[in-house]
Amino acid sequence: MSETETVIDLEHLKKSFGKSEILTDINLKINRGETVVTLGKSGTGKSVTLKCIVGLIKPDSGKVKVLGKNIPDLSYEELQYMRKKIGFVFQSGALYDSMSVRQNLEFPLMRNTDLSAGDINKKVEEVLNDVGLSKAIDKMPAELSGGMRKRIGVARTIIMNPEVMLWDEPTTGLDPETTRDISHLIVRMQRKYKVTSIVVTHDMICAKIVSDKIVVLKDGAYSEPGTYDELENSKDEFVRSFFEEVENDENAELTNYQPSSIDKKKYRN
Amino acid sequence: MLKDILPTSVQNMLLETWGLWNFALRFFREVFKPPYNLNELTKQFFQIGNKSLGLVGITGFIIGFVLALQAIPTLQPFGATSLIPSMIGLSIILEIGPVISGLICAGKIGSSIGAELGSMKVTEQIDAMEVSACNPFNYLVISRVIATTFMIPLLIIYADTIALLGGFIALNFVSDVSIGLYFRSVFEAISISTLIAPVVKTFFFGFTIGLVGCYKGYNADKGTESVGIAANTSVVISSLMVIIWDMLAVQISNLF
Ligand SMILES: Nc1ncnc2c1ncn2[C@@H]1O[C@H](COP(=O)(O)OP(=O)(O)OP(=O)(O)O)[C@@H](O)[C@H]1O
Ligand SMILES: [Mg+2]
Repeated sequence: MSETETVIDLEHLKKSFGKSEILTDINLKINRGETVVTLGKSGTGKSVTLKCIVGLIKPDSGKVKVLGKNIPDLSYEELQYMRKKIGFVFQSGALYDSMSVRQNLEFPLMRNTDLSAGDINKKVEEVLNDVGLSKAIDKMPAELSGGMRKRIGVARTIIMNPEVMLWDEPTTGLDPETTRDISHLIVRMQRKYKVTSIVVTHDMICAKIVSDKIVVLKDGAYSEPGTYDELENSKDEFVRSFFEEVENDENAELTNYQPSSIDKKKYRN
Repeated sequence: MLKDILPTSVQNMLLETWGLWNFALRFFREVFKPPYNLNELTKQFFQIGNKSLGLVGITGFIIGFVLALQAIPTLQPFGATSLIPSMIGLSIILEIGPVISGLICAGKIGSSIGAELGSMKVTEQIDAMEVSACNPFNYLVISRVIATTFMIPLLIIYADTIALLGGFIALNFVSDVSIGLYFRSVFEAISISTLIAPVVKTFFFGFTIGLVGCYKGYNADKGTESVGIAANTSVVISSLMVIIWDMLAVQISNLF
């Protein structure tokens, strides 16, 4: 139990759905308090990897060790116990539609802790404040915008104070300012509680702020991990492509297409 | 080997039956395990009962009314009008009331549970409960199945009562039998022992309707169309099961 305790350890993780092999050989070690950002194209299996870690999807083979336990080997009770230490922010938010924001946040606390009503209330207000949505407390999920739903999803997860956090695109679809707020929240949780995190994102602002290490998922396996600066100057063009700014997008000429450059001769007559 | 011989539809049916059977086993394993969700249970009791009162009442009334109307021209020429209450009573309480109300509940309650849990599954709400260590089976399935198991029999008793009233009103057009006499002749025709099978089977109806709806919703696939499929198949399967239970109940009560 020294400084470098391995909290998440994925070894040769494999998963296919029917004939399509999604994950072929996932290997990753994350130490306590580290934040690893996963990049990768849409549909390559980033969410599937996170779901394997939390036991929602059973891998075909390989080890998924969290806090020393191999998740696929656990009984349902042991898994439930483990899940109290793991927080999962869903890409879709996954708010309980039939409950108000307050009830959404209270739900895991009421079922998993012995806190008094007053303490629960205090925590609810605290996390809502963290995500900047204190005024939404009595709204129903259907009344919230996409970005607000996402932030409530974040609040519902951090309210349990998990040791391990899995963030599935926590900032996608948010404006730059809220993106920074959420990213700083991730960093704050890491500093304050030594939370170990995996953050799946396409958002380079967020990646830059939160990452200790970055890995890129391609063809079912992770690239060599590196820091933001290392990967930005990586020799691998595919890895580098995630860091390129919009201005040097190879399709930029399409967006800058000027109607004045239409072949005028064609319309002369 | 079995896989090569049997057509896919039969295989699917067997798989479905196996899945439902395991789901039922899980229900019995977990039903007494804490935490107990009294709030959710009360909410489900209220919703399931309250939502169906109107529909079940109206159909019950019409059935009783029509049954009496049809019996009158057949029996009146023989001067057997006095037999009509017991005839209506027997057929409503033993057979028509439970089966028709059961089928209506399968349609109304089964589909709503299937659609509700199906959409929770599709939008990952069930997964979200799972990962926050709040056993969704305990919270969602157990409360709903208990609620249907006890609420649907009550709804059926209510439907039977209204059907008997409907029969009384129809009968009143041709003879001036009093309501007291009417109900006395209805209950004279029925002994407690004949009541056992029709009452017990309604609990089976209720249990099956809840269980099938939850099973189909809980195991819905990804994608919005699967919400519709979940609702639809729950109605189909639970209606079929209601008929099968009914048939079994008749067979068993004939043994005694
Ligand atoms: N439960 C499932 N059953 C079958 N196929 C699945 C399932 N879950 C995911 N897949 C498939 O696995 C692949 C990877 O999905 P995943 O959701 O992990 O992508 P992703 O990398 O998170 O993409 P995005 O960035 O768009 O969220 C997809 O092709 C998807 O069709
Ligand atoms: Mg994803």
